[in-house]
Amino acid sequence: MSVFFAKRFLTLLATLVGASVVIFTVMEILPGDPALVILGVDASEDAIQALTKELGLDKSAVERYFGWIFGLLQGELGNSYAYKVPVWELVEGALKITVPLAIMSMILSVTLALVIGLYAAANHNKTSDITLMGFSQLGISVPNFWLAVLLIIFFAVNLRWLPPGGFPGWEAGFWACFKALLLPAIALATVQGAILARITRSSVLEVYREDYVRTARAKGLSRRATLWLHVLRNAMIPVLTVMGLQFANLLAGTVVIENVFHLPGLGSTVLKAINNRDTIVVENVVLMLAGMVVVTNFVVDLLYAVIDPRLKAHDL
Amino acid sequence: MTLLTVNNLNVNLQTASGPARAVRDLNLTLEKGQTLGIVGESGCGKSMTALALMGLLPENATTEGSILLNGENLLEKSERELCTIRGNRMAMIFQEPMTSLNPVHTVGRQVMEPLRLHKRLSKAEAFEQAIRLLDRVGIPNPEERIYNYPHQLSGGQRQRVMIALALSCSPDILIADEPTTALDVTIQDQILELIQTLVAEEGMSLVLISHDLGVIAENTEKVVVMYGGTVVESGSTEQIFSQLTHPYTQGLFAAMPKLGLGRKGRLTTIPGTVPDLVNLPKGCTFTDRCPLATDICRNTPPPRSELGPHHQVLCHHLEQAIEARSRELYT
Repeated sequence: MSVFFAKRFLTLLATLVGASVVIFTVMEILPGDPALVILGVDASEDAIQALTKELGLDKSAVERYFGWIFGLLQGELGNSYAYKVPVWELVEGALKITVPLAIMSMILSVTLALVIGLYAAANHNKTSDITLMGFSQLGISVPNFWLAVLLIIFFAVNLRWLPPGGFPGWEAGFWACFKALLLPAIALATVQGAILARITRSSVLEVYREDYVRTARAKGLSRRATLWLHVLRNAMIPVLTVMGLQFANLLAGTVVIENVFHLPGLGSTVLKAINNRDTIVVENVVLMLAGMVVVTNFVVDLLYAVIDPRLKAHDL
Repeated sequence: MTLLTVNNLNVNLQTASGPARAVRDLNLTLEKGQTLGIVGESGCGKSMTALALMGLLPENATTEGSILLNGENLLEKSERELCTIRGNRMAMIFQEPMTSLNPVHTVGRQVMEPLRLHKRLSKAEAFEQAIRLLDRVGIPNPEERIYNYPHQLSGGQRQRVMIALALSCSPDILIADEPTTALDVTIQDQILELIQTLVAEEGMSLVLISHDLGVIAENTEKVVVMYGGTVVESGSTEQIFSQLTHPYTQGLFAAMPKLGLGRKGRLTTIPGTVPDLVNLPKGCTFTDRCPLATDICRNTPPPRSELGPHHQVLCHHLEQAIEARSRELYT
């Protein structure tokens, strides 16, 4: 286990270093001078140069890259060029929306997917299976921003059960925040859950054809007991892979839904920062996202090893 | 009373090209403690017969006839009732030890499962019993091996675990479907010997399915030869092997590689391939490959003739077939 763990951990670190280089390089290549954006096109040459120096942008790229990394290692993210406040202050609020939203969507999507996928597989080719798969096809086809608008019209405008958008902040209490995040979470989870349900179903059906499932049946286990005791765990491996990818996507790729619901999450923050050429914010947020994705993958890898003892053996 | 009686068993499979008659009018009897061999080439319905006995046919299969275990028709039993019989009164060992054990559970857990299910043993009792079983099938250090996962065992050891699993509830009948086909030749003998010993000790009946005539000859008292989904010859192992009668049985023997032929000797084969089970010929299914075939074979199903006590052959040309024993029907 320790070798497996150590290997995966080294991969994690290497990926992060690689990601930081790529992010920094891309931001270097990106046209647009932060000082010019802040001061406007009418600013004098002197003022721009003074600001460039103040922001530390006159130093060489290598110097700035290592400055950034060493800052990070000391927990220092630097100050936003555009707002003159610490980057952490900008990011903190966004994280407190994005992370709970991602977790909520994930819980919804996984619950939905497992229930539908297992039920459909257990009733393979029966009416319930075909109906459920028809609905999941619909779920996959619906764009999530459109579903979001429908949800707002129905639950917020017509029924007035939930707020149509915005975030009250965690000071307003758990319940208020939960209500604010529920509709966006449903909008995100529907599509992902529909995909995951189909993967669960096909994975379960595939494992059903395995020889060891026949052995389990030959022992006298019922179909249902076989499903829970022998099929499920083996079928979870591909499902877990997709779950990992989906969680990463929920952390980084929800900017459209954030906009529909007026949520100042990470996606919106980074989009705004890119428009402002606030490179330091972009670099930090993107690296943070990369970090979360890499950590998610790391956790998924560890879970693989928990599910399937063969993987550990292969790695040693 | 006869332990197992199969009467006119038919298994049909729904396929894309129409219903396939996987097993036709199959009759078998098995007494307590008796060993029965089912022999035939791939696709002749051996495994389908075994799965039908276990009630584990694929979902697209339909059955007719009856399978009586101690007088009770298994084909009329509900799935719930069958679950109390499978693994308990009837157990099965499969061909592929590499894939027949669940890779994510320890072998101990898998051997304990039927004990917990049928004998209602506590976890501790089942654990003790599993160690005894693993020891009995010749797994060294069962106290440690019980925690192993299947991938940590060799093919032979996995098949031993499968045997332990099948024997765990002391079933009346053990069905072994090509139990040694996937194993090394040296391991094959050990596994067969183990099955023989355990079957004799427990007084179990054995149904041994194989395409290997040597395996059948050494391990069974009775043999049925299957071709195209039906039994073409049946009798005691002694009768079958001393009086090869059906042209197909003779062909199977002729096709066995013989020592001392050297390089010039080509292996003898039965020409042609097994019949398409969806479009079976009207008459004898072996017609197209039979050196003795005539028009009657093509058009009329062959009669079943009694050659000796319990020695039955399904052939139109019995005399020619008997006469052909002395010469080589196949070259």
